[in-house]
Amino acid sequence: MSWETVIGLEVHAQLATKSKIFSGAPTRYGAAPNTQACLVDLGYPGVLPVLNRGAVVMAVKFGLAVGAAIAPRSVFARKNYFYPDLPKGYQISQYELPIVTGGSLEIVTDEGEVRRIGLTRAHLEEDAGKSVHEGFERLTGIDLNRAGTPLLEIVSEPELRSAQEAAAYMKAMHTLVRYLGICDGNMQEGSFRCDANVSVRRVGDGKLGTRTELKNLNSFRFLERAINFEVERQVDLLEEGGTVVQETRLYDAERDETRPMRTKEEANDYRYFPDPDLLPVQIDAALVEQVRATLPELPDARRRRLGDEYGVKADDAVVLAASPALANYFEASAAAGTSDGQTVANWVLGELSAALNRDGLDVTESRIEPAGLAQLLDRIADGTLSGKLAKQVFEAMWTGEGDADAVIEAKGLRQITDTGEIRRIVDEVLAVNPEQWEQYRSGKTKVLGFFVGQVMKATKGRANPAEVNRLLKAALDGD
Amino acid sequence: MHELSLAAIRRALEAGDFTAAELVESLLGRIEAHDGNLNSFVTVTGEQARAAAAESDRRLAAGTARPLEGLPLAHKDIFCTAGVRTSCGSRMLDNFVSPYDAAVVERLKAAGAVMLGKTNMDEFAMGSSNETSYYGPVANPWDTARSPGGSSGGSAAAVAARLVPAATGTDTGGSIRQPAALTGITGLKPTYGRVSRWGMIAFASSLDQAGTLTRSAEDAALLLGAMAGFDERDSTSLDEPVPDYVAGLDRSLEGLTIGLVRQFFDEGLEADNEAALRAAAAELEGLGARVRQAELPNIGLSVPTYYVVAPAECSSNLSRFDGVRFGYRADDPKDLLDLYCRSRAEGFGAEVKRRIMTGTYVLSAGYYDAYYLKAQKVRQLISDDFRRAFAEVDLIAGPTTPTPAFELGAKIDDPITMYLNDIYTIGANLAGLPCLSVPCGFSAGLPVGLQLIGPPFAEQRLLACAHQYQGATDWHRRTPAGYA
Repeated sequence: MSWETVIGLEVHAQLATKSKIFSGAPTRYGAAPNTQACLVDLGYPGVLPVLNRGAVVMAVKFGLAVGAAIAPRSVFARKNYFYPDLPKGYQISQYELPIVTGGSLEIVTDEGEVRRIGLTRAHLEEDAGKSVHEGFERLTGIDLNRAGTPLLEIVSEPELRSAQEAAAYMKAMHTLVRYLGICDGNMQEGSFRCDANVSVRRVGDGKLGTRTELKNLNSFRFLERAINFEVERQVDLLEEGGTVVQETRLYDAERDETRPMRTKEEANDYRYFPDPDLLPVQIDAALVEQVRATLPELPDARRRRLGDEYGVKADDAVVLAASPALANYFEASAAAGTSDGQTVANWVLGELSAALNRDGLDVTESRIEPAGLAQLLDRIADGTLSGKLAKQVFEAMWTGEGDADAVIEAKGLRQITDTGEIRRIVDEVLAVNPEQWEQYRSGKTKVLGFFVGQVMKATKGRANPAEVNRLLKAALDGD
Repeated sequence: MHELSLAAIRRALEAGDFTAAELVESLLGRIEAHDGNLNSFVTVTGEQARAAAAESDRRLAAGTARPLEGLPLAHKDIFCTAGVRTSCGSRMLDNFVSPYDAAVVERLKAAGAVMLGKTNMDEFAMGSSNETSYYGPVANPWDTARSPGGSSGGSAAAVAARLVPAATGTDTGGSIRQPAALTGITGLKPTYGRVSRWGMIAFASSLDQAGTLTRSAEDAALLLGAMAGFDERDSTSLDEPVPDYVAGLDRSLEGLTIGLVRQFFDEGLEADNEAALRAAAAELEGLGARVRQAELPNIGLSVPTYYVVAPAECSSNLSRFDGVRFGYRADDPKDLLDLYCRSRAEGFGAEVKRRIMTGTYVLSAGYYDAYYLKAQKVRQLISDDFRRAFAEVDLIAGPTTPTPAFELGAKIDDPITMYLNDIYTIGANLAGLPCLSVPCGFSAGLPVGLQLIGPPFAEQRLLACAHQYQGATDWHRRTPAGYA
């Protein structure tokens, strides 16, 4: 009997505010330990939190982008637990009344199918500090630079059905927060993190299975691998007649496995209650409209537009739309030339991306302008270049040898399309290779490839491949 | 010199009758002489006081005096003071030197006031007798075998004994008014949000409010003018203009309606206290006020409500005292849990632990709705009672405490009896209302207080009423024997 996987994700996105959510200390990453923690972040006696308006605006922006409801009144609550990197002994978060409720996000599956995943809520909270173990003998260091960094915790409905869908969701969310400019998305630095709630059930079973919560999933790959491991573990357990224990499990990337961290019984009673130091957050319609006016075109919309307007296929549209700069380059290039959108997309995602990667450049630093690429592709379209020749021209353009026409001229790379000339070369090639001609006649038609190679060699690759094929076959078959 | 009010000291300093330096020396001498018995100070800051007084004298001479130039006062040890130990009456913070000034300290300093030291208090302001202090109980100058009340017991005793003309305090459930009543001085708790809580070590955030302990309403008005006002560092601070409280003191009581709370005249109220209160009401009537009855039907629920809300907030507020970053840390902890458990077990006293446990319980899963949420609903009912009452009267009057000062040790082992001492004061905290206590008589040689409560931001009306009353009576001028 087959199993269905049910996954819900909790994404933590650090908001790109200059200062912390409840203090004026800077949020910059990588400073010397405890140099970016003021008295409020350190939880000193007598200090009080003051809400950063920028973080609220970013949460509203997010809510509008996913079509969620923005709460006119939301409330900060204290989540109480003891941990050395939590200076006050409580985290200021939102509990019963979050700032964002509902909404959805579109993902594109590996099969190219578009699915809409529902969001439960998104709420504002403060990040904790970090425990530092390296460099301490029998001691733990505490770095509170991160304490008080604003986080938006985005909770999905349990609507994801595979590790791959979960990864697609996390990627789509990653794209969205960067589009909105509310998170830098840097996963190495922990700016964008994710926990996964995973359960399995028999196909057709209406009730959800017992879930486990997976932590420490700091890359798309780890998320996918951790879920796959966990699903297999749960299915094995259930098939052997066991039961899944509701617990928090840590993903160990080195061993590629999940391990229990704490069970439900060991879990803290967080004793949430409204934070009496902070007033409820009131958001009026005017602020919502003001924020709405700043929304850029969103990745879902752009992805759809790249398909509808340029005919780019779904999976390529996802990749292009994931980077606003790459999509901008694509659109500029498509607009400057006459080639069809998919061809432009192939080149932007193929040759151009490879060259950028090789030289460690951002698309905005590309050595070939969008119009330059458009000109090159036009030379394919008008038959001046074959695809293969175009790649040579591209490399020359990349190294600064001029635009497409200049390179074609200088290197004499113009494609030979003149039938008479190609036929003359075909005849020459056949004449000097009687042995192979004989083989062809005796049925070894594979030697056609040999002849194509010889013709291309004789023309330094400039002969139109389709013409070469046609004329060779005609000559060999004797008609 | 030590008998002078703040207002009188200000005039004397301006007239050159004595210098701020002379005044500071005189008061430091009195503290030296008397505080061995009273124990009202935790820290005396003589050196800083001398330096500040010298600066005041320079400014007075140069004609650049600030509003409170050279006026000496003491701060309750709950207010953070930069470079000076801020203990909050606890072993937990016995070694804590604050790196910053509380807003109250900062504002009074900027106005020219001179801090003489930090006063004793119940540990983390949790107590009504000043007996929960790590530094030992404070004695009531009227009878040193008795408690001065709490939690601002040190501030009250120091002012009553004329060691200092004024002191700051905080009032979460009566911690300014009750000690003021028990020591025969004037205690003012402003509207919640009127004075910034920045730098005031939190007990119960939604109830805590800073105020004054002085020998007259006039002095309270003088200090409040400097302390009050919006502070962007405190999100619960209110952006309301600060009136000239001193200028408003002469407003007559003609046309003012005062409501005596019927529910306050219960079996707990001692006869002498009731008699003093009735006499005070008659006096106010004589001054032109209309006195009538007022109803606060749910006020009887204030003590249980308070003892859910306040411990809940304190259980969370005091979590930061974990032995990790500041304050007391247990020796040689085995591991993290041991560090937490022993630092807190050894650093906190019994009453603080009792409240942390109570608060943790009422916020626990399964009990939250029955206790915390229910208490918040009752709190709203009590607030509504006050709002309805203020539709008919301008001020509410009642006793501050059911009895005069009780003996040290009499109630400390019985928390419920101790908690009931705040039965008349807690309502104003739950509703966030301004209120004050003024001396209105004696019971067997011990002072008795009259409590006045106003609608939000009615400090001016309260102070004027108290000032008019003090103009017609001399209870507030009585000095305990041995401290004249």
